[in-house]
Amino acid sequence: MLPYFTLIVLFPLLGAFVNGVFGKRFPRRLNAIIGCLTVGLSFALSCVVFRDLLLLAPHERSITVKLFTWIESADLTVDAAFLLDPLSTVMILVVTGVGFLIHVYSVAYMADEPGYYRFFSYLNLFIFMMSILVLADNYLLMFVGWEGVGLCSYLLIGFYFDRKSAGDAAKKAFIVNRIGDVGFILGTFIIFRTFGTFNYLHLFERVSQQFPSPEVGFGLLSAICLLLFVGATGKSAQIPLYVWLPDAMEGPTPVSALIHAATMVTAGVYMIARSAALFSRAPETLLIVAVIGIATATLAACIALVQTDIKRVLAYSTVSQLGYMFLAAGVGAFGAGIFHLVTHAFFKALLFLGSGSVILALHHEQDLFRMGGLKKYLPITFWTMWVASLAISGVPPLSGFFSKDEILFSAFRLGHIVLWVIGILVAGLTAFYMSRLMFLTFHGERRIAATGDHGARSGHDDHAAHPPKEPSGLMTGPLTILAVLSAVAGFIGLPAYLGSSWLERFLEPSFELRYAQSAATEHGFTQEIVLTVVAVLAGLTGIAIAYYAYIRDRELPSRLAQRFTGFYSSARQKFYVDEIYDRLIVWPIARISDVLLWRVIDVHVIDGLVNGAGGLVQYWAGGLRRIQSGYTRSYATWVLIGAVLIFIYYYLVTA
Amino acid sequence: MVPTAHYLVLSAILFAIGVVGVLTRRNVIAMFMCIELMLNAVNLAFLAFSRHLHQLDGQIFVFFVMTVAAAEAAVGLALIVVLSRQKQTMDVDQVNEMKG
Repeated sequence: MLPYFTLIVLFPLLGAFVNGVFGKRFPRRLNAIIGCLTVGLSFALSCVVFRDLLLLAPHERSITVKLFTWIESADLTVDAAFLLDPLSTVMILVVTGVGFLIHVYSVAYMADEPGYYRFFSYLNLFIFMMSILVLADNYLLMFVGWEGVGLCSYLLIGFYFDRKSAGDAAKKAFIVNRIGDVGFILGTFIIFRTFGTFNYLHLFERVSQQFPSPEVGFGLLSAICLLLFVGATGKSAQIPLYVWLPDAMEGPTPVSALIHAATMVTAGVYMIARSAALFSRAPETLLIVAVIGIATATLAACIALVQTDIKRVLAYSTVSQLGYMFLAAGVGAFGAGIFHLVTHAFFKALLFLGSGSVILALHHEQDLFRMGGLKKYLPITFWTMWVASLAISGVPPLSGFFSKDEILFSAFRLGHIVLWVIGILVAGLTAFYMSRLMFLTFHGERRIAATGDHGARSGHDDHAAHPPKEPSGLMTGPLTILAVLSAVAGFIGLPAYLGSSWLERFLEPSFELRYAQSAATEHGFTQEIVLTVVAVLAGLTGIAIAYYAYIRDRELPSRLAQRFTGFYSSARQKFYVDEIYDRLIVWPIARISDVLLWRVIDVHVIDGLVNGAGGLVQYWAGGLRRIQSGYTRSYATWVLIGAVLIFIYYYLVTA
Repeated sequence: MVPTAHYLVLSAILFAIGVVGVLTRRNVIAMFMCIELMLNAVNLAFLAFSRHLHQLDGQIFVFFVMTVAAAEAAVGLALIVVLSRQKQTMDVDQVNEMKG
């Protein structure tokens, strides 16, 4: 059944290859068509696959297609095989769907940029790698996709490689991700050592046999889960490895939307949800996941409050929302985590694309305090971004309301009251900083100077005097579609008091556990409704405060900043985390490399060995070369001496 | 009849003269002639043994040596001609381009 779903993976690879190898000679229009068409085909195929999967009975919705045997060595057999089940179907729909919209958007957004073919080639390669990541049926193949998306992320962050900051950001993202990858790969090694397989289905079967009940204390399963979680913190930008994501905003805005908001950074959440059978048996680790998640959500939300770069606000917002997803996974509500992943993909991609439209209209101006009053110039961007902003703030009945509420309610229901309280606070902060961004960008009067000295790459000075104008339909189209999705996507996961969550029921076979599903009905719906009202109120309060501070009383923010100077300036400086890492990790490594590894080991030991070997040969050769004098008669003498010696030798031997 | 030893002694003397000539003379032509002398000293020894042992092998070898000597003369003289054209000299010590 459904073997053709492997073609989903194939199309983007084809696009990446054609554009990457021949794209330079193609006209731009053809680059764009190849790039969009391949992903579009993948998305269409994903939809067909999804429909066919729905036709099957729930317990049959797990299809493995083996392409070939990848590694075979003694006990180790790894297939290049794809697994289609509800979880991977949801992921592939998000990846190809949002990916397709962002491809279309990029056609117009990147129109004036050099390296057009390169951009689409990388973007297609990313979709290919991400498809492998979500469709793989074992951890090793997932790791291939995991590394592949990391590579694409690196290439695309550093897309403007002539800017040093872009190159540095790309390297930072790559290196920080490598740290997480060490955890991931060690985790998979222990999995193989313990259970003798990398395949999900075999693994989960063996896990349920060997560990019928959750592990007590900290044991093997906890070690595996903790290591996998380290991998997830790298890819999904959680404490302590979140520092690369804000810097990754150096890449083009569609890249930020696709890779650093909607898809790649959610790979960690996907991986944990995929490993639900393992994580749900390691309660200690789950608690760590939840705590890290909520801590990240809080920290990132605090930083986002005071950032002035529009993309950085969104970046920290992404980190914060990813924290929510980890909170969901950490309290055992994997379905809620995936639900938030899906809705977040819609509204955060929309926010990034909208900010891209703003940035383009203002000729690469990213400072919030130089925007303002764009409402009447960019009406479509304005409305769509407000939809996304209200969705992320948890205003009913937009998608973010349902998914965030599901997470918070799960946390409360499963007994993590403290996490719930912090989660509510973060929801308020989220609403505040998102509304702040919206008010500063679109409301009030224009603060931007009509001179051309903004942005590092402002090659458009001659246009600067013109009023900003709405981009073409290629950009507003995806914005509109994403706005609709952001508005209605919540209905796939209705809370219990409004019916039941279709998504959770759909995903259930993938998780193999029934985590207190009936808990809601025990208490009736009153409790859940009360909690929901509290969450919504927190969001509305945030919006109201932002309205008061940035529309009504414009002096309030600076007064507050003076009042809480310590918090303000340290949040402004991202709580000096980069500086601390620099001092504690980067600087010592650099110093050790410089003083010990370079000046001592490299110069004296390594170079000494190499040069010494050469020197020794030269020394001996210096003596030997004197024999080769170039004088014929000297050679003749040597021949004679040799002949005489041989003669004497034979004489002595025979005598 | 002259004893074989006399031939051999003469052959050794001629060969030694040839060796000393090759090693001491700097003129290419002289060295060349000394090499011919050594070859012929060997020929003499071959012939002496051939007569002494009543076998023809030595005489056949002499023909081979003479053939080789003729070939060597052709190549050697050609080299000398080129050398004199290139360097305007017959002195081998002037020619040490192959010094290491």
